[in-house]
Amino acid sequence: MKTHVTVAVTGLNATDNPGPGVPVIRALRESTHLSDLRIVGLVYEHLEPGIFMRHLVDKVYTLPLPSLGTDALLARLQYIHERENIDVLIPNYDAELPNFIHLQERLSRMGINTLLPSSDQFERRQKYQLPELAQQVDVATPATATARTLAELGHALARTGYPAMIKGRFYEAYLARSYEEALGWFYKLTAKWGVPVIVQQHIQGTELNVTALGDGTGRLIGAVPTRKTYITNMGKGWAGVAIEDDEIIELTRRIVRELKWPGGMEVELLRDQRDDTLYLIELNPRFPAWVYFAHGCGQNHPEALVRIAMGQQVEPFDDYHKGKMFVRYSWDMVCDLKDFEKISTTGEL
Amino acid sequence: MKLKNSVAISDSGFIFNAATGDSFTTNDTGRFLLSLLKEGHDEVSELVERMIDHYEVERELAEKDVLDFLSLLQQWHLLDR
Repeated sequence: MKTHVTVAVTGLNATDNPGPGVPVIRALRESTHLSDLRIVGLVYEHLEPGIFMRHLVDKVYTLPLPSLGTDALLARLQYIHERENIDVLIPNYDAELPNFIHLQERLSRMGINTLLPSSDQFERRQKYQLPELAQQVDVATPATATARTLAELGHALARTGYPAMIKGRFYEAYLARSYEEALGWFYKLTAKWGVPVIVQQHIQGTELNVTALGDGTGRLIGAVPTRKTYITNMGKGWAGVAIEDDEIIELTRRIVRELKWPGGMEVELLRDQRDDTLYLIELNPRFPAWVYFAHGCGQNHPEALVRIAMGQQVEPFDDYHKGKMFVRYSWDMVCDLKDFEKISTTGEL
Repeated sequence: MKLKNSVAISDSGFIFNAATGDSFTTNDTGRFLLSLLKEGHDEVSELVERMIDHYEVERELAEKDVLDFLSLLQQWHLLDR
């Protein structure tokens, strides 16, 4: 079995709206199966904090922004691969995934393994497709409609009523209690993420999230359900606790089986405070930023992903530590301006 | 009036419901009653008798305390319906 492995990871923006890259790397660094590991960080901006975490990341390269398309991305990856001989690549942003999905066969031929969904699998869990998928896996979902125009926004709100959640195509969600509020969020979200926006009935309840991993055959490799216990004003979980909930685990198993999902996934759920009904809110097509916590609970999902991507046989995790909790913190790193200069001018560090 | 299986109680009076992630703290009296519930003593009359024996209090006060505490546990979703 090959133990010397080079893994390239995106999503190093460990900010107050963190990407999953740094937690993925931390989990890989503590792997018991991948002893001789080289980590290549792939970044879009020069101040992504993970760039400067030299104890976690061996080498960093910038990537062209996703909007520049697959040709530019492929050319850059070829350049990096010639120097690094990447074994596995883990993209961690929703917005970059379509490009990586498009390139996954090309990457495979180059010797870069990924564990990514097909375009069809990716589309089936899009926010606007959620009602259909929810029906297929037998779970409730809030009334959901999409809006590309103001007329469609009005129709969507007529379906959901108020208050409603107005969600961006890729990220961000805001509560609207009136048409005027909804209109403001519509303009803000379309300017940032494009159309459509998603309009969703608002359910009062407890937010529950699952980090999960599928192997692409329909088999669930691991799942850890968590309740957020501290939520920032950006809606990000800053603390959480692993809970015991068989209903959620079984639902996650049905989702992974239905989609034959390959790779990391975050299932976002709400339990209605009035009658305990479980609602499926979103399915994110990559690990969440709290995925290191799954490792802390006994399931190292990033390590398992790398092993599956490399064709190794990985058995599903059968348990996790309930009652473990995580608390995030922020940390000021003191960095050398030379490092910033180097990544800014050469695109490498 | 059964305590949910998912509820764990520590010696310090810290209560954790593994099904919801909720946690609470209670005083010595609450911990005493929770320990009895955890052991399966879930009849109100039995809880009242144990309270009287353990704390040497009037029956009326013990009954009020037990019923108040059970109502609180219900409100915290720690009891099976």
